[in-house]
Amino acid sequence: MRKLLSAMSGLVGTVLLSSQAFAAEGNGLAVPNQSWERLWHEVIMDITVIGVIMAILAVIMLIKYKASSPDQLGTAKKLTTVQSIAWALIPASVFMADDFFLAANGWTVWNDYRRVPENAMEIKVTGYQWYFEFTYEDGTTTSELVLPHNQPVVLRMTSEDVIHSFGLPGFRVKEDVMPGRITYIYLNPVEIRETFVQCAEFCGNDHSVMTNAVRVVPQAEFDAWLAEAANG
Amino acid sequence: MSTHTTAAGHAPASGWKEWVLTTDHKRIGVLYLIGSMAAFGVAGLMALIIRLEQMELGMQYVASATQYNSFLYFHGAAMVLAFLIPGLTGFAANYFLPLMIGARDVAFPRINAFSIWLFYFAIVLALLSFVIPDAPDIMWTGYPPYSVTTTGNTAFYVFTVHLLGFSSILGAVNFLVTVIYMRAPGMGWNQLNIFVWTTIAAFVLQLIFIPVLAAAVTLLLFDKYMGTHFYDPSAGGDVLLYQNLFWFYSHPAVYVIFLPAVGILMDIMATMCKNRIFNYKAAVYAGIWGIVAIGGIVWIHHLYITGMPDWIRLGHMVTTLLISVPVGILVLSFWGTLYKGAITYNTAMMYAVSCLYLILLGGLTGIPLAIPSMTVHLSETSYVHAHFHFIMALFSAFALFAGIYYWFPKMTGRYADGPIATLSFWLNFIGVNVTFWPLFIIGKEGMPRRYWNYEMFSDMTVFGYTFQQFNTIATYGSWIIAVGMLLQFMNFIKAAISGPVAPLNPWGSKSLEWTHTASPPGPGNFGDTDVVVDENWSPYEYNRG
Repeated sequence: MRKLLSAMSGLVGTVLLSSQAFAAEGNGLAVPNQSWERLWHEVIMDITVIGVIMAILAVIMLIKYKASSPDQLGTAKKLTTVQSIAWALIPASVFMADDFFLAANGWTVWNDYRRVPENAMEIKVTGYQWYFEFTYEDGTTTSELVLPHNQPVVLRMTSEDVIHSFGLPGFRVKEDVMPGRITYIYLNPVEIRETFVQCAEFCGNDHSVMTNAVRVVPQAEFDAWLAEAANG
Repeated sequence: MSTHTTAAGHAPASGWKEWVLTTDHKRIGVLYLIGSMAAFGVAGLMALIIRLEQMELGMQYVASATQYNSFLYFHGAAMVLAFLIPGLTGFAANYFLPLMIGARDVAFPRINAFSIWLFYFAIVLALLSFVIPDAPDIMWTGYPPYSVTTTGNTAFYVFTVHLLGFSSILGAVNFLVTVIYMRAPGMGWNQLNIFVWTTIAAFVLQLIFIPVLAAAVTLLLFDKYMGTHFYDPSAGGDVLLYQNLFWFYSHPAVYVIFLPAVGILMDIMATMCKNRIFNYKAAVYAGIWGIVAIGGIVWIHHLYITGMPDWIRLGHMVTTLLISVPVGILVLSFWGTLYKGAITYNTAMMYAVSCLYLILLGGLTGIPLAIPSMTVHLSETSYVHAHFHFIMALFSAFALFAGIYYWFPKMTGRYADGPIATLSFWLNFIGVNVTFWPLFIIGKEGMPRRYWNYEMFSDMTVFGYTFQQFNTIATYGSWIIAVGMLLQFMNFIKAAISGPVAPLNPWGSKSLEWTHTASPPGPGNFGDTDVVVDENWSPYEYNRG
């Protein structure tokens, strides 16, 4: 039964992941937040199938084996040595097969998140209690993160005081921002929209209100905005 | 619980001295129970305030963000360090482990007494943080640099951890020696109760890993008050050193809580199903010790978004997913113990069955979190919050309550079952689902943990409802739990004084604490005759012969 399940979820996963090559829009590069949603649905399907089957088995046994009198004894036999070993090794193999399957898919999506293309625009992010500051390649510093549409971006991030975390729920990504260390986030903004960044690592009193606007705009609008920010 | 009787003609010491000066493992167990339940009460109150504050955007109920943060700190630190660990490895292990192995006490009763008073001093120190003007506001994790630069009093956190750490290390040595040398003659390793195995495993973890936590927080103390720079990058230190050391202990600490909870449930289920433990040896050697073996090499999954090198994040993804193998084997033992059983339902069994649901839900929702490419989004959201409440907090707390109902006739000679117990069980069970399911749902969309305000999410909806509406439902759930818990504690007190009198072995168990002792057991536990078991004896053999 479990083998069948694992095979089923494996099949579903393969179908989901093979659609990946066609899913990328805009610039043809991987879009991490889209990969995230696909992996999420796959993992949720995997755990839902396991959970529902186990729950049904439990409910059936809890009803079926209800004692008719308090003196009644269970009738299950003790396992033989061969049965004991089989009941440990076979389930362990099935669990491990599912684990490695999930790990492989997780790794694939991880590469979408961590591989930064050569032409990525670099923006420096600095965390302070309690705001983020952005520095573009031309040295312009802003309090709003504006990204040109379809332009891959890498954020190089550090903090000037305590640990923060650069959380972009709209992009399905976050990474800590720490003093003395530089971390990065890769973004591929293929969708024009307005969203926000929130601090996701506890950093003190205004942690809950530490947020900056994030906008993805057409290239021309971005150029105009940056020029204005540079002069302002 | 004042019905404690002394045997063999000893005149009882008068009143309070009988408890304060006690070296009896059962009284020490009861003291742990009282202390951990007090911590549960206060930390639960904090949870109610936290949930109330999250019900609406903006700040309504707490006086300041600092106060809110100090409540978060107290809730986390007290629930983990002063409720779950002492409740399971303090109360349950102290009271029942020596009885289960046929020992008259632990190996070092005076050290045991020292442990309990270290624990009480730690609770007092933790409670003092409510009266000092600069309460710790550093979460139970205490990450630097914030814990070093804050005006909050980090020292209270560090010294609380020190005292509890000493208490646990002494307890660990004590119980390991007790199990190795003081088992009843004839009792082999494969005849131990699962609860005894899980307690040994938990104490092995404590013994290996607590010193690392003690070192981590001591360096924190030095950094804050003595001007050192272990965690200060501006002088060559490293902020991540602390997180690595902290989680090197604190992930195994999850199993220090989880394993004894599993042990209690196995014992209850075998008794209430009148059935053998399914695949005992696999559960012990592959399940319990498998968790001990892998538990120390998965801590990076708490640091998936801290810029750790990719190879270690992916390596710990694999080890973390592999935790599903020993846990899966334990789950099979639970399910297999039901198979062809003769199940009696009572409050203890109802809690045990609810734990089967909690381990399934909490365990499976951890699988996305084992995968770093999922955690880059889910980390620090209420999804994580709901996951670890189900698998660690609620699973273990419900297992502990199951144990209290199960062993109540042993401790007091009276049943705690009854209509109020049943009602409070259902309130608690429904309450936790109403509280934590909404947090899964909005957590997946990004609802952050540890926020008192979530204004930036006010435009977002899931299934057409706002985050605020989901949070409101969660808060209603917390009220249901509050009513359930209040009823439950009133029921415990009432039952201890005037509950229906129970026979010596009310559940028909084969385990030594039921078959060989009075209720409650007197000093020395087993009267005048030492317990001896034969090689065919097992606490789980119900249908032999």
